[in-house]
Amino acid sequence: MSQLILSRRALIRTGVLGGSLLLSGCDKLYQQPAFRSALESGQDLHRVTQRALADGALAREFRVSDISPVFRANGSREGAGEDYKRHLAQGFDSWALRVDGLVARPLDLPLNALRAMPQRSQITRHDCVEGWSAIGQWQGPRLSDLLQLAGVSPAAKYIVFHCADIYGGAPYYESIDMVDAYHPQTILAWEMNGRPLDEAHGAPLRLRVERQLGYKHAKFVMRIEARETLEGVYGGNGGYWEDRSGYAWYAGI
Amino acid sequence: MSALENQSGTEARGGDLVRRHRLSTRIWHWVNAVTLLVLLMSGLMIFNAHPRLYWGEYGANFDYAWFEIGQRGGEGYLRIGSLSVPTGGVLGSWIDPGGVERYRAFPWWATLPSRYSLVDGRVWHLAFAWVLAVGLAVYLIWSLVNGHLRRDIHIPRREWRRADIWRDIKNHARLRFPAGSAALRYSFLQKISYALVLFVLIPLMILTGLGMSPATDAWAPLVTQLFGGRQSARSVHFLCAWALVGFVLVHIAMVMLAGPWNEMRSIITGKYRLPHDRADRV
Repeated sequence: MSQLILSRRALIRTGVLGGSLLLSGCDKLYQQPAFRSALESGQDLHRVTQRALADGALAREFRVSDISPVFRANGSREGAGEDYKRHLAQGFDSWALRVDGLVARPLDLPLNALRAMPQRSQITRHDCVEGWSAIGQWQGPRLSDLLQLAGVSPAAKYIVFHCADIYGGAPYYESIDMVDAYHPQTILAWEMNGRPLDEAHGAPLRLRVERQLGYKHAKFVMRIEARETLEGVYGGNGGYWEDRSGYAWYAGI
Repeated sequence: MSALENQSGTEARGGDLVRRHRLSTRIWHWVNAVTLLVLLMSGLMIFNAHPRLYWGEYGANFDYAWFEIGQRGGEGYLRIGSLSVPTGGVLGSWIDPGGVERYRAFPWWATLPSRYSLVDGRVWHLAFAWVLAVGLAVYLIWSLVNGHLRRDIHIPRREWRRADIWRDIKNHARLRFPAGSAALRYSFLQKISYALVLFVLIPLMILTGLGMSPATDAWAPLVTQLFGGRQSARSVHFLCAWALVGFVLVHIAMVMLAGPWNEMRSIITGKYRLPHDRADRV
């Protein structure tokens, strides 16, 4: 019996030792750029298959009764800078969204103009990369209508969203490709749950790109830029979290 | 488990060295052992990003969580429904290898990577998810073709007799393992548990995993709806992961009890020495 206990103890000790060796081994292995990029190709494979299977599929839309009682505000809860604060205090009366880059007609669109465009209203589920979800109703013009209005060039491959919030010392931004830019549910929401967007949720405009995770849904959108490449835009990875922590640019899974 | 013959071609008996596991079974077993461990530990890292579970489509900090690992005043706890258990030191609050107290759900030694990083946890998890899904598909198709499923996993009607099942349960409880050529066939409980893993638990892991993806929810909304919503899919994903952990623990315990060296040899080399009948041994 004592032998059995001893061997069990030895077994546990071996297990713990082996386990921590395995752990530090995995962490070391992960620091090898080649290994990490091999693992990251798993994410690329998700993007390719999801894109192939999803094509133009619409995200599920819900009923009014499905809306979350409280929609969690995450990330930046306020815009930065004196300009932003002044516009916020004035209800964004003299504010305008800038649309530029690879477009024939750069635009400055006041909120009234955005409200006067054909609107899309959708009740969708917002899925955070952390794991939580909230359902809300969003309304605003389609991004595709805006791009058409500005005469976006066929050379444009990406749409970059420049934001007024500063998170962890760096300005927030995001980007999507033309597949998502022309998707009918991709809108610039100025209204949430029937009220103008409040500051915590990204007033005056928030991007909704429904088939991707929450960090792609840029808040406090000030400027939309059409570009051929993401190179040269901030850290070059196409988004704040992509630059800062290495989150995947495609966040469909 | 393949041949019922020993090398000389006669009916196998206790003491004979026989062929047991096919190469496909052996490869899948070890690939899966690594894959499931990586998926479990990286999955616990992802859970740590939001250590609360809900039922339904939505669920966030303001909504009721049926399961939660957290900390109150630096004391870790695990709560299921209204039942809360203090778990400080292991879950919710623990000391990392640098001596720093951390307030995360699962401790450093249970997660991949060991230092908190949702990004890295996701990179590991989403890469090995492919290995699990593709591995299962290839293994199932191959096992269908080579007859492994029909011969070894399928439970024919005659084995569904209540008395036989009860005897198998009693034999397992008394740790009496089959000897001689009977040791070449899976018993009822073995078949049921392998079938449960192959056809229920791993497929559920894959489906609930896909059901959490906002892109999949667009092209295959049924997957998410099947479980009653994204947050339900997340809860089922978590529960099935622990069911798989339970399977692995029982599986390892059975290997230890049935003779670890012989069992390890058979799952590595395919060769297995048939145990002697109890009568032979005494």
